[in-house]
Amino acid sequence: MAQNSSEIRYLTPLAVEVKKKKYCRFLKNRIKYVDYKDAQFLKRFLNEQGKILPRRITGTSLKYHRKVGQAIKRARHLALLPYVTDMMK
Amino acid sequence: MINQYETVFIATPVLSEAQMKEAVEKFRKIITDNKGEIIHEEDWGLKKLAYPIQKKSTGFYHLFEFKSDSQFINKLETEYRRDERIIRFLSFKMDKHSIAYSEKKRKMNSESKAKEA
Repeated sequence: MAQNSSEIRYLTPLAVEVKKKKYCRFLKNRIKYVDYKDAQFLKRFLNEQGKILPRRITGTSLKYHRKVGQAIKRARHLALLPYVTDMMK
Repeated sequence: MINQYETVFIATPVLSEAQMKEAVEKFRKIITDNKGEIIHEEDWGLKKLAYPIQKKSTGFYHLFEFKSDSQFINKLETEYRRDERIIRFLSFKMDKHSIAYSEKKRKMNSESKAKEA
């Protein structure tokens, strides 16, 4: 009996979550300036509701995360990006 | 102190084309009168706003990139506030990275235009 329990076979192999190494896209592509007028690019840093994604998700370094935040707030002021929305993507 | 600035303003869509041109002309004159030097100008035309401003959902966007004295910006902004056709504006002091970025973009645009022509 004990023997059976040890041989637990799963139908599908266990999907081991491979840890994707996050990198800061600004350092990698050596982008130095975040343009507040480029709404398309800034949208990648917003979630569905139009809120700014945290660093742990986007993986950007602190220095560029602040620049992105500043640019997004300027774009929102100029109505290029919404403050809040439901289905943005 | 001469700095480089970039200012974007949104005009109400109620304006006719002529009035829009006249408004842009007025601000261009204000900048050049006060020893400002316009480097680049962009007209994005009528664009949909992400959220309604003053009950309007579209607006004429216009961008000025210019070099001017730092005291002038206050005057420019009071001018914007006084003019009721402008519903929103944003002026922005450009640092060296943004200056390099805009030059690069302008070069790319001119190249693409040259390729098309």
